[in-house]
Amino acid sequence: MTATGGAGERLPASLRTEALEQLLTERGLIDPEVVDGIITTYETNVGPLNGAKVIAKAWTDPEYRRRLLDDGTAAIKELGFSGSQGEHIVVVENTATTHHVVVCTLCSCYPWPVLGLPPSWYKDPSYRARVVKEPRTVLAEMGLELDDDVQIIVHDSTSEVRWLVLPERPAGTEHLSEEELVPLVTRDAMVGVAKVTAP
Amino acid sequence: MDGVADMGGTSGWGPVHPPRRDEPVFEKPWQGRAFALALVSSRIACGGYNPDAFRHAHERLDRAAYLDEGYFGRWLNGAELMLTESAALAAGAIDARARNLRGEHVEEPPVPAPRPDYRPTAAPVGAGSLRSVDTAPAFAVGERVRAKDMSPPGHTRLARYLRGHTGVVERIQPASVLPDTNAHFQGENPQHVYSVRFDARELWGEDAEPFTLTAELFESYLEKSS
Repeated sequence: MTATGGAGERLPASLRTEALEQLLTERGLIDPEVVDGIITTYETNVGPLNGAKVIAKAWTDPEYRRRLLDDGTAAIKELGFSGSQGEHIVVVENTATTHHVVVCTLCSCYPWPVLGLPPSWYKDPSYRARVVKEPRTVLAEMGLELDDDVQIIVHDSTSEVRWLVLPERPAGTEHLSEEELVPLVTRDAMVGVAKVTAP
Repeated sequence: MDGVADMGGTSGWGPVHPPRRDEPVFEKPWQGRAFALALVSSRIACGGYNPDAFRHAHERLDRAAYLDEGYFGRWLNGAELMLTESAALAAGAIDARARNLRGEHVEEPPVPAPRPDYRPTAAPVGAGSLRSVDTAPAFAVGERVRAKDMSPPGHTRLARYLRGHTGVVERIQPASVLPDTNAHFQGENPQHVYSVRFDARELWGEDAEPFTLTAELFESYLEKSS
């Protein structure tokens, strides 16, 4: 059976992946080293550490923060991060009264150059379906209880615009340097389902 | 199209799964290979970069092919569909090879003939899907707009839960390739893109949780609302 329908046994995805790679390689359509390179890139080079550097800089450099909120793509590129799924990044700022959270209900669009590939919860149907209908409930289930007077703004990434959340800098971190702040910034906070906490 | 992929506001998916610490990028080795192979396969099938055709392949998968093997299974199955449609692979070729890999002896289909009617994607002329357009935006920041109540048979990025609802233009985003035609290799037709802000009560009724939502909508998805 093909992947697209019909009755019958569906072979395991691992086996079908191996079959696909063999077929494309035999026909000269791919170079396995290119495939290896893509995997390595997304496992090791492109991940939420990039975004954390952006956020820590914005927390410690008011001029950079202003540029980041004005033109996220350009400010992020200043730090060397750009590429596929990051052609246009808009940064929104969480405050004591406004909380932004990001989703893609139609697939799982995500700002790869700053956050890497999305985590499993972001790709999960229940998150995609529910966070646009009952975000306060969903955030609470994920461990983030927001006060009733906090305004929630959900961003559904329905085009090529990619959203990045600038989390609130936690109280008690005033003495920390940019470098010391980087490890505090989590992927989940930059999507808007968590807050950054002081060490 | 109204497929399984259009999930916003749908019911029955159960609770969300809280984030796990230190989740690997790829939990199993095949997922990384499927991801990379799908990226490359998409370019092979489209003759270049066309994320719209890629997404349209995913949304045409049946429910099991879309859901049962998770995100990377979806990528694998979408890649197979695109490669089959573009005649880079024969229908059933992956299945037959997979069976042989596990020790069966099945005949594999021959390499298909190239498709003379196949129209690959033209070389991109801008970064990703971003383009510039000569016309002025039809809608201004602060203007009330309605998402058209339409259900196109092909690919669209107008999510079902937004259709027919009224919001306010919050930002004018860079113009972008129109997915509705580009996914079908019918041209890029770039358009202005608007971030439109909707009130939760407009989308879900008076009893909705209080919040606002923005979505990016292409110009042809919108109409004026007084």
